[in-house]
Amino acid sequence: MATATVTRRDFLKAGALASGLVIGVRLPAFAHPAQRAAATPLAPSAFLQITRDGQITVWVARSEMGQGVRTALPMMVAEELEVELAAIRIEQAPSDPKFGEQATGGSSSVSDMWTPLRTAGAQAREMLIGAAARTWGVPAEECRAENGGVVHGASGRRAGYGELVPVAAALKPPENPRLKSPGEFRILGRSVPRVDTPSKVDGSAQFGIDVRLPGMLYACIARCPVFGRRLSGYDEGPARAVAGVRDVVPLEPAEVTLFDAWKFNAEGVVAVVAESSWAAFQGCRALECRWDAGPEDQIDSARLARIFADRVSQPGIIGRNDGDAAVALRRAARTIEAVYDVPFLAHATMEPMNCTADVRAGRCDIYVPSQWPTGVRRIAAQLTGLPEDAVTVHTTLLGGGFGRRFEMQWVMDAVRVSRAVGRPVQVIWTREHDMQHDNYRPMSHHVVRAGLDRRGAITAWMHRMAAPSIIGWHAPAAMRSPGEIAGEALDGAEQLPYAIPNLRVEYCPVKTPVPVGWWRSVYASQNAFVNECFMDELARATKRDPLELRRALLKDQPRHLAVLELAAAKAGWGAPLPDGRTRGIAVHKFFSDTVVAEVAEVSLGKDGVRVHRVVCATDCGLVLHPDIVRAQMESGVVYALSAALSGAITIERGRVKQSNFHDYPVVRMSAMPRVETYIVPSQESPHGVGEPAVPPLAPAVANAVFAATGKPVRRLPITPLA
Amino acid sequence: MASVSLTVNGQSHSVDVAPDTPLLWVLRDNLGLTGTKFGCGISQCGACTVHMDGAAVRSCAVPVSAAAGKQITTIEGLARNGELHAVQRAWIAEDVPQCGYCQSGQLMSAAALLARNPTPSDADIDAAMSGNICRCGTYQRIRAAIHRAAGEA
Repeated sequence: MATATVTRRDFLKAGALASGLVIGVRLPAFAHPAQRAAATPLAPSAFLQITRDGQITVWVARSEMGQGVRTALPMMVAEELEVELAAIRIEQAPSDPKFGEQATGGSSSVSDMWTPLRTAGAQAREMLIGAAARTWGVPAEECRAENGGVVHGASGRRAGYGELVPVAAALKPPENPRLKSPGEFRILGRSVPRVDTPSKVDGSAQFGIDVRLPGMLYACIARCPVFGRRLSGYDEGPARAVAGVRDVVPLEPAEVTLFDAWKFNAEGVVAVVAESSWAAFQGCRALECRWDAGPEDQIDSARLARIFADRVSQPGIIGRNDGDAAVALRRAARTIEAVYDVPFLAHATMEPMNCTADVRAGRCDIYVPSQWPTGVRRIAAQLTGLPEDAVTVHTTLLGGGFGRRFEMQWVMDAVRVSRAVGRPVQVIWTREHDMQHDNYRPMSHHVVRAGLDRRGAITAWMHRMAAPSIIGWHAPAAMRSPGEIAGEALDGAEQLPYAIPNLRVEYCPVKTPVPVGWWRSVYASQNAFVNECFMDELARATKRDPLELRRALLKDQPRHLAVLELAAAKAGWGAPLPDGRTRGIAVHKFFSDTVVAEVAEVSLGKDGVRVHRVVCATDCGLVLHPDIVRAQMESGVVYALSAALSGAITIERGRVKQSNFHDYPVVRMSAMPRVETYIVPSQESPHGVGEPAVPPLAPAVANAVFAATGKPVRRLPITPLA
Repeated sequence: MASVSLTVNGQSHSVDVAPDTPLLWVLRDNLGLTGTKFGCGISQCGACTVHMDGAAVRSCAVPVSAAAGKQITTIEGLARNGELHAVQRAWIAEDVPQCGYCQSGQLMSAAALLARNPTPSDADIDAAMSGNICRCGTYQRIRAAIHRAAGEA
């Protein structure tokens, strides 16, 4: 039963579970008879095609949201195919199932595609060599691929790939082509210029919000500010009076179920449809909506905090249970306890949510910056009643993702409005709409207890965490699978790397009306904060240096230890600092298998915490593009720093209080620390770098503040002067 | 509705819109210049930054009537005669953009800064660039790119 088995880690593969496909699957060559009959292009996989004119095309079946997939994924093909990256035409894959499930998240794009894309390139290379050998009547072993052609060393003959295509395309693709070893790489491992940079400095890059279709109208959506309430009526007169407003369309509630488990709800809302974005915004502002009364407006952050605190007084679902933590705590010479609170957070991508839908009789085209285009396709098909193959999703560039663009409300809005008005419609959420109707990083509440023996050794660790379930929000039936929801919520908590003999980690699910979702690094963003801040409390309690204590407890964790030592050495851990500055350190292994340690250097001023420098060390497996790794470390640090210093979504009268960047402040240039990245060399397969820099940042900064004030930080955002 | 005459990237346009329509939406929806981005609508994020008579302004907060008769430059007009502006070249050299959504505004703010201060200090950059938010966190590279562009000029 799908409901019981869909975990967060499986979420990306959810489509795969249901459809029997595996993400990034290499389809059998020439899966389509029509394609075989044409026999023109060489296409050993869905991701790669070479035509007779020598044009090489690679389809990128992941969403580009700044993490560099449009560069890094084609590099894998270029490497095996022996061509420069510039020789490849790079196309965004449409939502065709031949590309497999298209879901971009979990820092998984590079690791998912590592084998299929190199294999595709290597197959094509071997087929082209085979074609040349056959044409020239020489052994294939005497030929090699080189810079877009095949060369026969002995005779000096050379043929370009294009001229070899007719013969190569008739060959059977090798099942196990030889893949190059890292020592042979010419392209992978080099910081080649990112392919999308030129379009992002001259305004030509196309994001979802930039889509323009003939006859297209714009729509703005009125949605109840209080979560969980229904539309009861509206007065459209004032909206229709706004110049440029063409229509006011009520949209009935709709629910779509995917894989028998995942529920996507579109609430009853009102769309104001206009000739321009601005007219739609103005019309929406003028619209007068009435919403049902309900108990939800009793909810506020203080009340939620009490509910969460009550919940942790009861046992939770056990995620990890080594030894007997309860007994060890009773027998401890000394126990230490801390309570941590972490708030809801909005994603606040720079590009507000939007989707353009063109629903016609018999077909539907969707243009959307989405992290899950194949999910969009299924949802549009269900909403319109069209077969899936009548729906085409055109994935645009994403103006930030961070997990936000897995959600579907704006897609459901756009499909419903376009169907209602019979025109292509671009739905744009205002910033206020986006911030007040996000799927938020869950609020959480944690109690942690440690037991120490007489010599100060840590004998027990007990961590009980209360938070809403993200899987449970999306797939309510998952709440009946304790292991699934605990495995998600305790990510990073139950994998505590320190050698502590008695260790118990529990999850206490809490239901609230506040939508929750995947926020860059997901629950590791809370659990690493708790783990690493509590470690510093234990160091202080036992009069040990925070680095020395971690070292002692990570003897069996060489990858953690290596990044910790590298970050500490580069940061000058232990060396004197200018007056008023302190350091804090933290380490976390993300679920993609990338380990990151960070050292933050801070000072405290009348305006709060100032972070001057962050030294970041990572072991992310094999490095395909060093500069993208550095960029993602810088990015994760800044994203997490906004959350650590000022990020908080609070609930008042059942609605989100914050509405825009004036009351949801984020790091700006003036608060930017110097970020230095150091990479541990590794020959392991690549592990992904989009998220892993996020979890260690808040505790590194908090620990530096603790070092300055002697007062532990147990609440985010960090407010040391309170 | 009223007819408003605008000069954008050296070209004259006449648009029929309500005079209080923000310049941002006239650029995007009437003139098809989508390089200028909508981020917040309240002058908080800088994604909509353009030049008005050479100064950086937030086009989401400039009524189109106030732009009439002014020289407006958008990201599409930053390059001149097919040659990229120094900040655009520096952005490429430092591989600044990640998602790229805020970068039009960042570039316009940086170009306006360099026009009035050819060798800005870090403090000058902080002051001129702190109205432009980047959620991908490219600030360090933006700073490096501005110094690079200043060095080239």
